[in-house]
Amino acid sequence: MLLLHLARQSLSNRLLTTSLTALSIAFSVALLVGVENVRTGMRESFSNTVSGTDLIVGSRGGTIQLMLYSVFGLGSPVANISHETWEEWDDHPAVSWTIPYALGDSHQGFRVIGTNESFYEHYKYRGGQSISLAEGRPAEEVFDVVLGSQVAERLGYGLGDPISVTHGISDVGFMNHDEMPFEVIGILDETFTPVDRAIYVTLEGITAIHLGWEEGGPPMPGEEIHADHVHEMDEIHVSQITSFFLGAESRAYTLQLQREISTSEQEPLTAVIPGLALSEMWQGIGYAEDGLMVISGFVVLVGLLGMLVSIYTSLDARRREMAILRALGAGPRRIVSLLVLEAGLLSALGAFLGVIFVYAGLAALQPWLEGEFGLLVPIRVLDQAQLMYIGAVIILGFVAGLVPALKAYRTALHDGLSVRV
Amino acid sequence: MIEATECIRASNLSFGYADGPTILDIPDLTVQSGERVFLYGPSGSGKTTLLGLIAGVLEPPPGTLSVLGHDVGALSSAERDHFRASHIGYVFQMFNLIPYLNVRDNIALPVRINEERKKRLGSSLDIAVKDAAAHLGIEQLLDEKVTRLSVGQQQRVAAARAILGSPELIIADEPTSSLDANRRHAFLELLFSNVAEAGSTLLFVSHDLGLADQFDRSLSLPELNHAGE
Repeated sequence: MLLLHLARQSLSNRLLTTSLTALSIAFSVALLVGVENVRTGMRESFSNTVSGTDLIVGSRGGTIQLMLYSVFGLGSPVANISHETWEEWDDHPAVSWTIPYALGDSHQGFRVIGTNESFYEHYKYRGGQSISLAEGRPAEEVFDVVLGSQVAERLGYGLGDPISVTHGISDVGFMNHDEMPFEVIGILDETFTPVDRAIYVTLEGITAIHLGWEEGGPPMPGEEIHADHVHEMDEIHVSQITSFFLGAESRAYTLQLQREISTSEQEPLTAVIPGLALSEMWQGIGYAEDGLMVISGFVVLVGLLGMLVSIYTSLDARRREMAILRALGAGPRRIVSLLVLEAGLLSALGAFLGVIFVYAGLAALQPWLEGEFGLLVPIRVLDQAQLMYIGAVIILGFVAGLVPALKAYRTALHDGLSVRV
Repeated sequence: MIEATECIRASNLSFGYADGPTILDIPDLTVQSGERVFLYGPSGSGKTTLLGLIAGVLEPPPGTLSVLGHDVGALSSAERDHFRASHIGYVFQMFNLIPYLNVRDNIALPVRINEERKKRLGSSLDIAVKDAAAHLGIEQLLDEKVTRLSVGQQQRVAAARAILGSPELIIADEPTSSLDANRRHAFLELLFSNVAEAGSTLLFVSHDLGLADQFDRSLSLPELNHAGE
């Protein structure tokens, strides 16, 4: 108790140095804990991008590529699959539902996805949350368009606005399907997944904008098919889709279905289990976050080193104090304990402040992280790993205190009662 | 412990730091209990070393130095620290106080460090601290920061701290050299009356021979110390 009293008084006596040192530790701890928080948020939002889907099926190719273009809206599909094949699998007795995706077009850099009502019903993300509409209704008619929340916000679109679709998925499409005026009839709620950055139309809509393109290029001048023609058509025949999401009647069928689809003679297909693929992909890109952790670990070490230096440099000025304590009967061991305790208190104070910084920072930055990066960093109690980091910082603080303490011990033994100040 | 009449007894005490030359060589030195002894020691005469040995901060050879009946050289380092805390009050020349504690905490410090000294208080620590402060005329300064005190006030705080819990031996290492003549006299008066009340032995070291006649006895360290002869 006496030592604690002394250590506290000594620290508060050197208020400026103490608070600067504690602040530097606090910032490094905040960085460490904050990085861990962001990392957890990233991992969770990544692995929750899609959920409740048992298989994603596309034309034969790499599983990661299939995941990238179907789930993340990255890269482009190599080949399409036929409408008949999709329908056959949709009718398979072990299959409960499917969501078709027809890709390949974009609007102002945002991808346009052709799908059907099944998307609004079955697409799930983050532990089974369904897609919901903030305004309007799902796309049903040929020229109906539903916007992801970010698309609506970035482009400033509202219900009833007309949009045109670009063929190709680069930022600036090389052909505009200007003759087909689509109209916004719905806007989705925010999901913090790639869904927010996509535009949804019907399969018929996608097909309609390619009418007259059957030769592989744009229609000759004068032969363009206009919206009026489309409305006059009884039925638009959808011949191709790009991939489909599949929910099995029971989880137990998943592996069997996967094998069946992959070995099907009818058309070469690839089927991936999204949960498995996501965790594999995360392992692939996860090393980047390890790098981040290593860096913040070093920042903590630098913070503790700063504390060590500040205590060490104060020792010379404190030799007199040590001699007085010695004269009053404090053994060298007490002097070591006093300095180690001061270092420990400093690092504990720093760690405590750091945790406060993290929560304050999260509270302040959460909306910005969501808006700017679509990254949801949850505010929650410290998890075990974070508590371990903080514990390690405090213990390291005590250990760092040993260095100046042992120096003081030697000085105290050497000085005894005679200090020339 | 039998009623010791000898507070300090050195016989053939010889000491030198690690590989250095012998600094102290004292064939015989005796201080009786309750005596007020003036020890004359100009700088370089080895007085800091002698005080360090008596206080048990330095380690004398076994059997050569006995303080309050304890063979200091036979004690371990931790035992010597404990012995010093229990039985010895110490006043330095200047800078006696821990800068980050207030006056009250500074006075109470030795008693907080040592349980035995606490038992001898006879009253609660708080009251004892007030009493000691009152005896030295600093009771109104108890809650002051020590850095606000004048040098004279600081020395009185140091004296109050040294006599708290009535240690048997009080060592004063030139406590008045930073005071002017008037304050020096007043401080000595206070020190004497408090030491008398506590029944302690006072070993007072100074290079100022003018103070010697106020003590029971005066010794000269250069005469006692045969080192270098």
